[in-house]
Amino acid sequence: MTARKPPLYDAHTDRGAKLTEFGGWEMPVQFDSINTEHESVRESVGKFDVSHMGQIEARGPDAVSLTDRLVTNDVGGIEPGRADYGAITDSEGTMLDDAITYRLDDERVLFVPNAGHDEEMAERWRTYCEEWGLDAEIENATTDWAMVAVQGPDAEDLAATVTNTGDGNEAVVRDLGHFSVTSVTVAGTECLLAHTGYTGEDGFELLCPTADAGSVWETLDCQPCGLGARDTLRIEAGLLLSGQDFDPETDPRDPYAAGIGFAVDLDTDFIGRDALREVERDGPEERLTGFSLLDRGVPRHGYPITDDEGTGIGTVTSGTMSPSLGEPIGLGYLPARYATGETDGEIAVVIRGEAKRARVRTPPFIDA
Amino acid sequence: MSFEVPEDRQYLATHEWVHHEDGSVRIGISDFAQDELGDVVFVEFPAVGEELQADEELGVIESIKAVSDLYAPVSGEVIATNDDLLDVPELVNEDPYDEGWMVELDPADDAASDELLSAAEYREQIE
Repeated sequence: MTARKPPLYDAHTDRGAKLTEFGGWEMPVQFDSINTEHESVRESVGKFDVSHMGQIEARGPDAVSLTDRLVTNDVGGIEPGRADYGAITDSEGTMLDDAITYRLDDERVLFVPNAGHDEEMAERWRTYCEEWGLDAEIENATTDWAMVAVQGPDAEDLAATVTNTGDGNEAVVRDLGHFSVTSVTVAGTECLLAHTGYTGEDGFELLCPTADAGSVWETLDCQPCGLGARDTLRIEAGLLLSGQDFDPETDPRDPYAAGIGFAVDLDTDFIGRDALREVERDGPEERLTGFSLLDRGVPRHGYPITDDEGTGIGTVTSGTMSPSLGEPIGLGYLPARYATGETDGEIAVVIRGEAKRARVRTPPFIDA
Repeated sequence: MSFEVPEDRQYLATHEWVHHEDGSVRIGISDFAQDELGDVVFVEFPAVGEELQADEELGVIESIKAVSDLYAPVSGEVIATNDDLLDVPELVNEDPYDEGWMVELDPADDAASDELLSAAEYREQIE
């Protein structure tokens, strides 16, 4: 199978980006240095090509109710022009993916599943639409849209500048609430601008037609950042990565275990609700738990975690040397008592056969 | 993109460099290798006094995105390691051929290795 190329592929290779395969896409992993890119986002502003993310549109009288029944959060309760984060679960409550859902208007919903999940999710929506006899049309629009994230404390200024075409767009950007979405013109192109992100910083995500991706990207005059910095930023912010911090095949988890119980609304009817009601009542047996290493080393996906006596208690799902903190941090599923503070928090991560001392720490690791 | 490949030393196909000092050899990784790895955040070396065979693991270098092994280009005894890198691992990126050196070996008598490449041969490999 050939990796899919984002619309900005040529711009990235011209810029000298190093590329990597991710979720079936050939994406930039770094443009200059992960540390430099990371710091730009924490200190000022950086831009990311996130066109590997899926875009699924549901249109029609039942688009909202269909989506509501397939996502853990209350999609029906989202006002038009607003967005919300939720999980897509199966009947056992296992997370298949997580996604932000944008309510564009009364009969139009756009949701953004993770790289490589777009067709599976579109199929899921179509299947249930038919099974439940609902009236909605589902379109996998992933290749129609390019997606660019602009993140960092100066992201608002940059977004306001590039949308300032004298028609009041700038004020629209400045006043756009967190998790709100609106239409703006950037580089002469009509884009969707959402006040969302995946870095723990303030920022925006822009959706534009594929053909105009190049001019939109160029107009955003700031540090280009790759998936490397996107990963270090989201780990510091304690945000999940689908396929790494949960995976229906290799590491099935429910939203409570994954620490996103806030994205589950048990008062709405959705696939997986009954199972999740039990988890919510009893509490998950394991929870995604943050930690930092006290010894030298870099925790990485798959490394074993033990208690302070060497008994295995879990596995690292994500880890890195935090560029902002200069210390090694990570996430992993541990017995719930570790996350709830019922232990002394002393654990160890086994790196190349050696136990490195670590301490439980509640994410986010930075002030997000 | 062109990478520095100083003429005053030899190289391994695995991107280590070997510089002959007075009676000892100093080892590090090439400019190409540091660029491939990206930001180096962690190094681990054997203890001074340890005897190593050629091609044995001489340490571990980790960047944010990858873990990479360092191999001994010749047999010998570890006589020094660059402990500055424990606190400032980015020296490997900033100055791979000088301040970013890693390990110094006292080569065994029969330490000659035919696997070492000249600067020209190594340059050919990375181009």
